[in-house]
Amino acid sequence: MQTPMVQIRALSRRFQQGDVEVLALDRVTLDIAEGDFVALMGPSGSGKSTLLHIIAGIDRPTSGQCIVRDVDVATLSESALANWRNSHVGFVFQTFNLIPVLTALENVELPLLLTGLSAAQRRAHAEAALELVGLSDRLRHLPRQLSGGQEQRVAIARALATDPTLLVADEPTGNLDARAAQDVLELLEVLNREAGKTIVMVTHDPKAAGHARRIVRLEKGELSPDAAAGLAT
Amino acid sequence: MPIPIRYNLRSLRVRWRLSLATALGIGLVVAVFVMVMALAQGLNATYVTTGDPRNLLVLRQGSTAESNSQIMRDEVTRMRYTEGIARDAHDVPLVSAEIILLVYLERRDGSGGANVLVRGMKSAGLALRPQARLVAGRMLAPGRRECVVSQRIADRFSNCQVGESFRSGATEWHVVGIFDAARTAYESEIWIDSDEARAVFRRDFFGSVLLRTDGPEGAATVKRRLEADRMLQVRVLTESDYYKEQTQMAGPIRFMGGFLAVVMSVGAAFAAMNTMYAAIGARTREIGTLRVLGFRRREVYVSLLGESVLLALVGGVLGCLLALPLNGVATGTIGWNTFAEVAFEFRITPGLMGKGMLFALVMGVLGGLLPARMAARKPVLDALRAA
Repeated sequence: MQTPMVQIRALSRRFQQGDVEVLALDRVTLDIAEGDFVALMGPSGSGKSTLLHIIAGIDRPTSGQCIVRDVDVATLSESALANWRNSHVGFVFQTFNLIPVLTALENVELPLLLTGLSAAQRRAHAEAALELVGLSDRLRHLPRQLSGGQEQRVAIARALATDPTLLVADEPTGNLDARAAQDVLELLEVLNREAGKTIVMVTHDPKAAGHARRIVRLEKGELSPDAAAGLAT
Repeated sequence: MPIPIRYNLRSLRVRWRLSLATALGIGLVVAVFVMVMALAQGLNATYVTTGDPRNLLVLRQGSTAESNSQIMRDEVTRMRYTEGIARDAHDVPLVSAEIILLVYLERRDGSGGANVLVRGMKSAGLALRPQARLVAGRMLAPGRRECVVSQRIADRFSNCQVGESFRSGATEWHVVGIFDAARTAYESEIWIDSDEARAVFRRDFFGSVLLRTDGPEGAATVKRRLEADRMLQVRVLTESDYYKEQTQMAGPIRFMGGFLAVVMSVGAAFAAMNTMYAAIGARTREIGTLRVLGFRRREVYVSLLGESVLLALVGGVLGCLLALPLNGVATGTIGWNTFAEVAFEFRITPGLMGKGMLFALVMGVLGGLLPARMAARKPVLDALRAA
C-alpha cells in the first residue's frame, strides 16, 4: 500500500488563554492519501482550524508529528518552514486575503517570486492558473474590482500557482453567496478529480462537505469515532 | 526574490495623504539642511576661489589676517627689489602695498547700514587680481579721491554707482568704476589708492603686501627669501593659502546647520515612524498572508523598511526641490575677522543635494526600523487574525 501523503500521529496542541490552558487538539491521528479531498468538520472550537493550520505549516503542535511527504513539518526552522510552505502548500482563506494593491495577475505571481522561475515563466504560470479558474479576462483587475466569488477564484489560482503538494482551504465558501459558493466548490472538485490535487478543507457547511471524498469530524479536539474508520482509505 | 517594490509603492499611494504629509515633513528638514549648508558652501567657495597661486601675501610675523598686520613703508621698499618678483610690461615689479579699512555705508533697501571693507592698493593691485575686471567706468586715478566698487557692493549699498560719491574719513570718495570679481572675496570690497588711504585715515603703515612671482615654484623661492630676511620679520603665504585659512569662517554656520537639521530630523523620523506604524497596522493581515505564501521574516522586514526609506527619499527629493531656487541667490553676512559685510551666493551643488538625500535616507531607516521589526516578528497566525 502506498504511504499516505499526510501522516498525523498523536498530535496535540495546547493554547494558553490567560490563566487557562486550552487543549485544542488531543492526540489526533489521521492519514490523508495522495489525491484525497478531505472535509474537516465540527462545531466551533472543535480544533478543525488548528489541525488545518498545523498541516499547512503556519502553526506548530505541542506534541506529536505531522509528516507531509516524509518531512516532519514541526521540526523545521522558521525559515525552512517558510520555504516549505511556499513549495508544498497552497492556502485558500475564508476572507480571500488578496493583496488589495496588486492586480489579480500580480497576486497570483506573488508566491512564484520565491521560486527560481524567470519573469516570463512566472507570468506564464500565473496566467495558466488564472485560466484554470476561469478568470483569463480579469488579469489586470484589482481585488476591489472583482466579485467575492471571483476574488476567491483568484485566491485559488494563487494557491495553485506553485503546483503545491497540498491545497488547504479554511472555510473557502464562508464569505460567498450560494451561487458563488457552488462555483468554488465545483472548482475544487474538478481540481481534485481531474488534476489529482490533494485537498484538505475546513467547513461548517454539510453541503460543501458533500463535495469532498471523505469527511473527518472533530469534536473537542478529538476525532469522532466514525472518522477513525476513515484512516488510510 | 524580495517582495516586489510595486507593492510598497502602491501601498504608499493608497494612503497618499498620510504619505505626502510625512514626505513633506522630511522634505522640510532636508530643505533646511541643504539651505544652511549651501550658505556655508557659498561662503567657502568665495574664499577658496579667491587666491592666485602665483601671488604671495606678506603679513607681519604673528598676524593671522590683513586687518591685524602692520608693514612699514621701508619694508615695502626692501621687498620690492627681492629677486624673483614678476614685473609688468614697463618693467615695474608687480607689488602692491595694501591696507584694509572699514567704512560705514547705508544699504539701498533701507534696512540700515553695515561696515564695508575698503582696500587701499597700489596701481599694480588690479594686475595682481586677474579675476577682477572693470564692468563700468574706469580704474581709479591716485590722488583724486576716487574709488572703484565691486558689483555686489554697488548693488547692495547706497551711493555706490558710477558718478555717485559717499563720505568717509572726512573725505568725499567719488565712484569712478564698478568691477566684477568673479564671485571671489573681492566681491565685498571697495578699492582706493593705498597712499591716499593712509593719508586720509592717518595710518603710517600698510597692512599687507601682495606680490606676483613666476609660478608656484618661484613663489616658494621668494617666500623663503623674504622669510629669511632678518630685516623684515614677516609671514609669507600664498594668496590661495591665505584665503583657504579664512574659510574657517563658515565653521559656525556649518555647525548651526548641522545642529538645526539634527534636532528637526528627530521630529521627522518620529513622523516617519508614526506613518509606518499606521501603514503596517492597517496591513497586518496582508503581512500574515505574505508569510503564509512563503515570504520569510527577513523579506517582510526588508520590504517594510524599504517602504519607509522610499517615503523618506520622496521627502528628500521634495526638500531638494524646495531648496533649489535659493541656488545662486546673493546674500551677505558679517565676516568674523573683518567685521565687514561679506557678499556671497548660496551654492547648492549635486554633492550637497546628495548629502540631503543621504540625510533623508537616515531618517527613513530610523523611522522604519521599529515598525518593520514589529511586523516581521508577529507570529503568522496572530497576523492573519488581525482585523
